[in-house]
Amino acid sequence: MTESTALKMTNGFRLQWEPAQDAHVLLYPEGMVKLNPAAAEILSLVDGDRNIEEITEALQAKFPDADLSGDVKEFVSIATANGWLS
Amino acid sequence: MASATSGPRWLLAELTYKCPLQCPYCSNPTDYTRYQSELTTEEWIQTMRQARDLGAVQLGFSGGEPLVRKDLEQLVAAAHEMGYYTNLITSGIGMDAQRVADLKEAGLDHIQISFQASEEVLNDRFAGTKAFQHKKEMAREVKAQGYPMVLNFVLYRENIDRIEDIMDLALELDADQVELANTQYYGWALHNREGLLPDREQLAAAQASAEKYQEKYQDRCRFLYVIPDYYETRPKACMSGWGNIFLNIAPDGSALPCQGARQMTHIDFPNVRNRSVKEIWFESNAFNVYRGDEWMRDPCKTCEHRHEDFGGCRCQAYQLTGDARNADPVCSLSPDHELVTQAVEKAQKEEMSRSVKVAFRNPKNAKQLLLNDSG
Ligand code: SF4
Ligand code: SF4
Repeated sequence: MTESTALKMTNGFRLQWEPAQDAHVLLYPEGMVKLNPAAAEILSLVDGDRNIEEITEALQAKFPDADLSGDVKEFVSIATANGWLS
Repeated sequence: MASATSGPRWLLAELTYKCPLQCPYCSNPTDYTRYQSELTTEEWIQTMRQARDLGAVQLGFSGGEPLVRKDLEQLVAAAHEMGYYTNLITSGIGMDAQRVADLKEAGLDHIQISFQASEEVLNDRFAGTKAFQHKKEMAREVKAQGYPMVLNFVLYRENIDRIEDIMDLALELDADQVELANTQYYGWALHNREGLLPDREQLAAAQASAEKYQEKYQDRCRFLYVIPDYYETRPKACMSGWGNIFLNIAPDGSALPCQGARQMTHIDFPNVRNRSVKEIWFESNAFNVYRGDEWMRDPCKTCEHRHEDFGGCRCQAYQLTGDARNADPVCSLSPDHELVTQAVEKAQKEEMSRSVKVAFRNPKNAKQLLLNDSG
């Protein structure tokens, strides 16, 4: 995967807000993880079109005061290693 | 007794005990034929709704064979509408391309197909019926229709040496994930334990093969290898604790904290036909009795691991020692640990290999076992 590749959620993975857990969760075959708010923000921008740079830009637009570039890259590499993104 | 602070997260809907297969490692109760009554479509929908309102979000349709239920598509559609992530756990028998498509249409998220072995002869012998070719076709169909494809192989004495063939088959079918799960000894599997439990050498070889494939094919497929707890010295954190996140509804509506719990005759399990899921989860004796750690005895009571493994599996403690409050005998700190090590030592004996007869899961054998028990 290069930086310009569009990011896409792995087939069968679904991001969902769960009021009972007061959190976003990532659902997948026979499993789920509770996400922290930052992770949920990033994942919600993964739409199959945007690449890392575009996701960072979109996030930056939402949170203009934060320095996010490193965070997005780091999260994407963890999420990819976990098989959430492909 | 402890009470819960939050609702269930997982709902396992055992839609029926009926199954066209007869696997000797089935974890259904050996007396499953006693529970003929099944919840209606409406009752299932109401149960799913109530559990969802408490926060359940992962939903497994299982059995028996859930495809036996003609209303499966309807139940999936209702569950999907409620916001569940829906999993179908099936043998693939009772499935055809049209049903795979209808279930997709209804919103089914995932299908897990189980195989008994890597090739037709052993597969169909252990299934007790002709099944292998159809399973392969259905696995291809599931993949072609865009589901994530998860295959499940239960490992036992006779198929574990062919674990590489099993993984090759999974690769050939283009599986995304493969569960290589050693048999868990509940229900029929416990009854057939002597004929199923592999020896040490077999396990070591299987584990090495699994690791080899995990490494080699990490970009193509996830191979999850689960070792049998009989060979461990610490128990599994069963269900993440009794009444913590997991709710099992049996075909007749009995609510169980774990699939194996039905055998505990000292507990009166509540039924969704006459109590709400909320009441069952938070207030029933059945769900509170082994919740938290107040029920524990030594060695668990004072053990530093008690909040990691919750004393292991209550059903295993019950079925091996006769008292669910004891430590899971898989634990080397349990005074009953030798119940497990004896079974393991027996499995190392030459004469055990291949010759032990297993009882297939079918109504005839169920009747026979009931007679043996009462006689
Ligand atoms: S383990 Fe075999 S016999 Fe038991 S429900 Fe599953 S397919 Fe049927
Ligand atoms: S003694 Fe009980 S709590 Fe401690 S490790 Fe063994 S089973 Fe777990």
